[in-house]
Amino acid sequence: MDRIPILRMGKFLLVTIQIDLYDRLATNLESDLIQAVNKTEARGVLIDISALSIVDSFMGRILGNIGSMAKIMDAETVVVGMQPAVAITLIELGLELKGVHTALNVEKGMDLLKDRIGEEPEETEDDENSTE
Amino acid sequence: MKIEKEQDVIPFRNRVKEYAVKIGMSLVNQTKLITAASELVRNMLKYAGGGTALIEVVSDNRNSGIRLLFEDRGPGIKDVDLAMKDGYSTGKSLGLGLPGARRLVNEFDIKSKPGEGTIVSILKWKNG
Repeated sequence: MDRIPILRMGKFLLVTIQIDLYDRLATNLESDLIQAVNKTEARGVLIDISALSIVDSFMGRILGNIGSMAKIMDAETVVVGMQPAVAITLIELGLELKGVHTALNVEKGMDLLKDRIGEEPEETEDDENSTE
Repeated sequence: MKIEKEQDVIPFRNRVKEYAVKIGMSLVNQTKLITAASELVRNMLKYAGGGTALIEVVSDNRNSGIRLLFEDRGPGIKDVDLAMKDGYSTGKSLGLGLPGARRLVNEFDIKSKPGEGTIVSILKWKNG
């Protein structure tokens, strides 16, 4: 069975979604991630969706679920790299991605996570991170 | 195209994209169309166990676009008006599928008879 790899980096977990997910892959990712948060005691989860050409209500719900579940497990979730066309579509669809933070790219996402768990970001030059 | 299992969704989306690219649809409109298609195909699988989807290129004098027709022989929808409301769902989803899909396209038509099935037709113009 295909799986999306979850990488661990210090206190964070990184996931790069590089293909369009069909449902089972997405729900697997959801449960894998939550177990990984538990096992590694991660404080943050970063999900890169820059390769996703569409996010429909199902995928949006999965992302939201991951955010809420991670929150209960004391971890913050940030979704990065959303394509402009995807953002436009999501809002028209009526999906607001509640429960997850968003950032423009991986770097800003990492800064946001570090900020959130109260650790000094390595570079303090930009603090343009989006918040809830 | 026949849609029978969840693995059919992505190839179908790719086909829609091929046609959209072929007629030169803008990226934003492509994304909207494919997202709407994805919602409707997913509905078809979830509530009717599958069905067929038809991709059609249409044009009038000035504009061209893509029409998608989804047909299933599932249980049908008892109250179509209610199903078109935001946040209404008989399943466990967010209830955004039908109303959301309608917002993303130019024309949206749904016909359903309980016990016989549902036909949804959507149209997205290249520009507009």
